[in-house]
Amino acid sequence: MLLALLALSVVAAVLAVPMLGGLWSRSEDLRTERKRSRRRERFELHDPGRERRAEQRARELLRSCVNEEEWAMYRDLGFIRVEGRLGQPDPGTGDAAYAYLVYPHKPIVAYVPKTRRLLSEYCVEFPDLTRAISQSRLPDSDDMLAKWMALTGDEEHLIRNANMHLPGRQVDPGRVRRDLWRLAEWERQQRGSGSFEAHQT
Amino acid sequence: MKPGFGEVLLAEGDPQVREDEERLIEEFRRQLDDGMWAAVPTIAPGDGRREAQMVRDFTEIPTDAERVIFFPRAAGG
Repeated sequence: MLLALLALSVVAAVLAVPMLGGLWSRSEDLRTERKRSRRRERFELHDPGRERRAEQRARELLRSCVNEEEWAMYRDLGFIRVEGRLGQPDPGTGDAAYAYLVYPHKPIVAYVPKTRRLLSEYCVEFPDLTRAISQSRLPDSDDMLAKWMALTGDEEHLIRNANMHLPGRQVDPGRVRRDLWRLAEWERQQRGSGSFEAHQT
Repeated sequence: MKPGFGEVLLAEGDPQVREDEERLIEEFRRQLDDGMWAAVPTIAPGDGRREAQMVRDFTEIPTDAERVIFFPRAAGG
């Protein structure tokens, strides 16, 4: 009986060797792949050329989608104003009752154009779901375009899914007021020059 | 749009050509299954106003659309 058990354990050990070998090589493979992936990640994160090229492509894409005024606004001021469409427009002027300032990688700020009163901040991101661990994010101009498309394409849905906060939570209200003043000045100058083409890059 | 990379061409073809159309539909579905949103930049015929049209099905893409842009689904930040 003891001899039979001994024989069985020897057979089991012999059979297990290739399996353990397989496990070992699989874990080796996994380790190698992880190392390679980390190296790739490091390379990707530290390639400023790739980021510059991505941003350049993103700027061209944004430019091809928005109108001339919006493009010039982004180029000169670093943000785009998008009029809100959910409320009733001003009966006197026909202007939108509220508008948004869209910044790259910052919350969208809603305000009343007539009074420049800040209404709220909408925190929204476009996370990379396929590479959740990665730190990579959309280039600035792609983030702008994503917000612009989501706002002009389905404002209600975007706003409903964003985290709404009172003004000042992430974006300094002083900065937004300065930006609104800069925007007013910029528009005055644009009206004076009569064209957005005058400042083509 | 791909985080870290920017614009990447996924597929191109003429939707009037059957083989191209099948390929485009397949890529469209794959992107939406991966959790992306799809939008078509449009120009309003009257006032030339530019905006985007969100599309959730291949049949919703305007016939004269030159491109469909896929971008990550928005989430509260």
